[in-house]
Amino acid sequence: MQKTSKALLGLAAALVMSSALPNLAKAEELTLCWAAWDPANALVELSKDFTAKTGTQMKFEFVPWTSYADRFLNELNSHGKLCDLIIGDSQWIGGSAENGHYVKLNDFFDKEGIKMDDFVPATVVGYSEWPKNTPNYWALPAMGDVVGWTYRKDWFEKPELQKEFKAKYGRDLAAPKTYDELKQIAEFFQKREIDGKTVYGASIYTERGSEGITMGVTNVLYDWGFQYENPKKPYDMEGFVNSADAVKGLEFYKSLYDCCTPPGSSNVYMVESADAFKSGQVAMQMNFAFTWPGLYKDEKVGGDRIGFFPNPAEKAHFAQLGGQGISVVSYSDKRDAALQYIKWFAQPDVQAKWWELGGFSCLNSVVNAPDFAKSQPYAQAFLDSMAIVKDFWAEPSYASLLQAMQKRVHNYVVAGNGTAKEALDGLVKDWSDVFKDDGKI
Amino acid sequence: MPDEGTGGTPLRAILTRVAARIGRRAGPPDLPYPNRPGEKLTISHSSIVENAVDATARATPVSVARRVRGLSDRAIAWLFIAPAIILLLAINIFPLIWAIYLSFTNYRANRPNAPVQGVGFGNYQRVLNDPDIWQAMQTTAHFVFWTILLQTVIGFSLAYLIDRKFRGHAFWTTIILIPMMLSPAVVGNFWRFLYEPQIGLFAYAVSLVSGIPTSDIQMLGNVTLAPWAIIIVDTWMWTPYVMLICLAGLRSIPDYIYEAAEVDRASPWRQFWSITVPMALPFIMLAVLFRGIENFKMFDMVTLLTGGGPGSVTEVASITLKRAAFESWATGRASAFAIILFVAVFGLANIYVKALNRVKQR
Amino acid sequence: MSAANSAHSVVAPSRSSKRIAGTIVVLYALITLIPLVWIFLTSIKSPPDSISYPPKIVFTPSLEGYCNLFTTRTRQTPDYIASLPAPVGTCDEVTRKRNMVIAGPSNFLPRFINSLVIAFGSTFLAVLLGTLAAYGFSRFKVPLADDLLFFILSTRMMPPIAVAIPIYLMYRELGLSDTAVGMILLYTAVNVSLAVWLLKGFIDEIPREYEEAAMIDGYTRLQAFRKVVLPQATTGIAATAIFCLIFAWNEYAFAALLTSGEAQTAPPFIPTIIGEGGQDWPAVAAGTTIFLIPILVFTILLRKQLLRGITFGAVRK
Repeated sequence: MQKTSKALLGLAAALVMSSALPNLAKAEELTLCWAAWDPANALVELSKDFTAKTGTQMKFEFVPWTSYADRFLNELNSHGKLCDLIIGDSQWIGGSAENGHYVKLNDFFDKEGIKMDDFVPATVVGYSEWPKNTPNYWALPAMGDVVGWTYRKDWFEKPELQKEFKAKYGRDLAAPKTYDELKQIAEFFQKREIDGKTVYGASIYTERGSEGITMGVTNVLYDWGFQYENPKKPYDMEGFVNSADAVKGLEFYKSLYDCCTPPGSSNVYMVESADAFKSGQVAMQMNFAFTWPGLYKDEKVGGDRIGFFPNPAEKAHFAQLGGQGISVVSYSDKRDAALQYIKWFAQPDVQAKWWELGGFSCLNSVVNAPDFAKSQPYAQAFLDSMAIVKDFWAEPSYASLLQAMQKRVHNYVVAGNGTAKEALDGLVKDWSDVFKDDGKI
Repeated sequence: MPDEGTGGTPLRAILTRVAARIGRRAGPPDLPYPNRPGEKLTISHSSIVENAVDATARATPVSVARRVRGLSDRAIAWLFIAPAIILLLAINIFPLIWAIYLSFTNYRANRPNAPVQGVGFGNYQRVLNDPDIWQAMQTTAHFVFWTILLQTVIGFSLAYLIDRKFRGHAFWTTIILIPMMLSPAVVGNFWRFLYEPQIGLFAYAVSLVSGIPTSDIQMLGNVTLAPWAIIIVDTWMWTPYVMLICLAGLRSIPDYIYEAAEVDRASPWRQFWSITVPMALPFIMLAVLFRGIENFKMFDMVTLLTGGGPGSVTEVASITLKRAAFESWATGRASAFAIILFVAVFGLANIYVKALNRVKQR
Repeated sequence: MSAANSAHSVVAPSRSSKRIAGTIVVLYALITLIPLVWIFLTSIKSPPDSISYPPKIVFTPSLEGYCNLFTTRTRQTPDYIASLPAPVGTCDEVTRKRNMVIAGPSNFLPRFINSLVIAFGSTFLAVLLGTLAAYGFSRFKVPLADDLLFFILSTRMMPPIAVAIPIYLMYRELGLSDTAVGMILLYTAVNVSLAVWLLKGFIDEIPREYEEAAMIDGYTRLQAFRKVVLPQATTGIAATAIFCLIFAWNEYAFAALLTSGEAQTAPPFIPTIIGEGGQDWPAVAAGTTIFLIPILVFTILLRKQLLRGITFGAVRK
């Protein structure tokens, strides 16, 4: 009991001290808002350098992914002063730019000599620009991310499994290059006994509440030829969103969910998927690349046991873009200090350290460095994935568009209502309603 | 009630007796005449208050005292009622009116600078013609119906059994009350843990009893099971509430009616159906009313348990409303939906209360 | 059918029927308690134990859940950890075993304190305003009293989300978003309707003769209110207070929609406690347990008043 009371005393002392400290250092203090995940912890570590260089203390407000959009969009819409800096999701750019939540950064970039050409083009378009493909910058690309896959290399290398697979499918058991191959591998592993436990084929995104299943299904839909709109006529979606190929793609995602996932995976997003992989439940998992460093370091499934591959191809080859840019909130009272943080973050040496600590830098000089692909076992897969990215709508009404897709897709894939064609037809109608409300069609 | 007029009965003993008479309409407490100014009451805490009041009364200059004494009853009435009314007007009524106004516009809370246009009944039309909204209402109705049914049956049975007054029944009653004390949101969250197929206690217990493998007991992932998942959790939480009200009802039935029935040689079965149930019926109906209104508004527990999923199978009306208002930010349309919900509940409750009053008058 | 068999007397149940009733009720109580006991057990499990399959009933207890609840941690390399000074206390030791280092306090304590301030503050205000208003309605002829009271009560029929929409806009304009004051006002307003309704009933039962006698003896109306009515209304006040407290303490919808950082209470916070993979169930369970304690203590202390309040609400009207 003495130990416990000492521990509690120590804890209490730590709490008291840490709450007293900010009062001592009455220097500037900035609050940065982001999602609560591994890279956020890495950013805390990295920001100590900023504090050392400028004396500004950094406070962090991290919110789990499931409530990230809710909480911070709410915050921005209520003109809250909680956040001075925010690392907002790539899809918030449209709304935040048009509603004046973010500070436009063009002038600051010009003044400080920060060039957008120094960053990976896909990330500039995806995380900074609004309207897309115009030189209006509302964020600095902060965290490159894309959906990819990990697999249990140690299982794939088991000789008896390799023999069995080769006999059954006529090819080697290796990381799949197409979705048909992936499905075969998943079926192969489904309900198999490995090391005394039943395992399953794959873990894919199925989450309903925020954006999970959309971020998963788009990887398959893009590959089957799904397009958001007519490339020649904006907001013309009929025949592009619900093309015959897109319908087949959606049916494929459902068949993958039905055949090859663990029980109880009706609401899976990033943490659940990683969990399923870490606990040795699945042979492959779909997840954003940010999970890769943590998984590689994991004691049970990391090191030599894990392999990485980019989103497989089918008729086309794409992957869903994740990632965020860092912006200055226009309602903050500390704009200048916040801009200094952005300036510091854009430095090449800081970006290099960011990659080292587990963040995914978007700076060309970091990702194009000759030894980058070898620096980590997942670097190559990351590079390959970033080359094929495609993003969801970033319109100001993106939340309504996302909600509609979540509902339609989850209803079909997980709840099994209706057909894929009905789901996509309904989606076209929903999205048309949103754009009509916005006056865009 | 006897007016004993004997001085010196401790107020506390009276209060305790009053508090202990659960469910019985307590008569006015037996009280001696109030003490004259200057006398001390016997209870310490109120005696402190009394002394303070006395001191203030005595210290008040005569002129002020004359004015204070002169504070008319009307003034006091308004003084007392005003704060509560003002607060209600500001935070309940004014927003309601504002919501009604919003429901006739196309206002969006995330575009505060966009020009606001009136759309007449457009929002209402859209809401009432939306199949998803009707689906949500159906889901809500299913939820309300089954939870009320289960909670009433179980709650009443428990109350009946507790009324047998076995040894220790007060203690066990308090234990049964505990689930009611929790936050519905926190309950929804940890029942999600309990419902996990592989690692959750619920699936494990069911599979122990029935032999079905746990991986097949997908309470939250299966389209048919998910609605029952939320019903089970709500019943677990709120049956004690119904039980308490039914207990009040049972205890309000005077003994002499039963004694008379026994003299008439009525069987316990008959006694139950012709005495117990009819006399407890107003209470049961009241419990049904309260639980009905609460479950119609249900949001926290379901959001955290299933998020409305899988698909929209457990998406109750409040969740649809929240998504429309705070995720799509279609404030005008959401306000229309909110008004419709309010009118629906209000109307139904009114009808129900009229029926309840008629039952009471029997 | 046996004649006048006292064994089946409804008024004085037989021993055996009492025993059967008792057994069933005790069984129900125990079964109902199982989830709660499980949550407490989960709070003292280590994270791997908490997600083991099949669920572990026998395990080595660990304080990791409580440690994780109160701290934020970052993962470090084993070399870095080896280079640090010796751990201070159990939480430090436990965290380092997982290759992590305590980075600072978590947000749980501030949220818990917010819950305390907002819940108790709004309860106090609601009971205060409610008592005054109830007295006013009870003793004086207020025009349209019945309609007013019913309308006041009917405002509780709106789904909280519906109320939240205009309140959200209003608070945004007034700068009350994410403030404790805003939340206290809101909860008070929601509770005061119930408080008025309940307390009016209790005060109605206190005969006017006592105040009138007191006023004849020279007290003013105000003094009579304080000296005569209030002491007799303590049960009612306690019952109302407990109701208001339970509502404000456990409320989620308004807290989730109208607060984000400064004024966020515990119920929206607890479900967001995420560990390294998935929800940190021991920490969530620890938070749930700690959050339950104050309300449990209050309820058990004031259970007689609570029962009186619930049943009183049933007896009236």
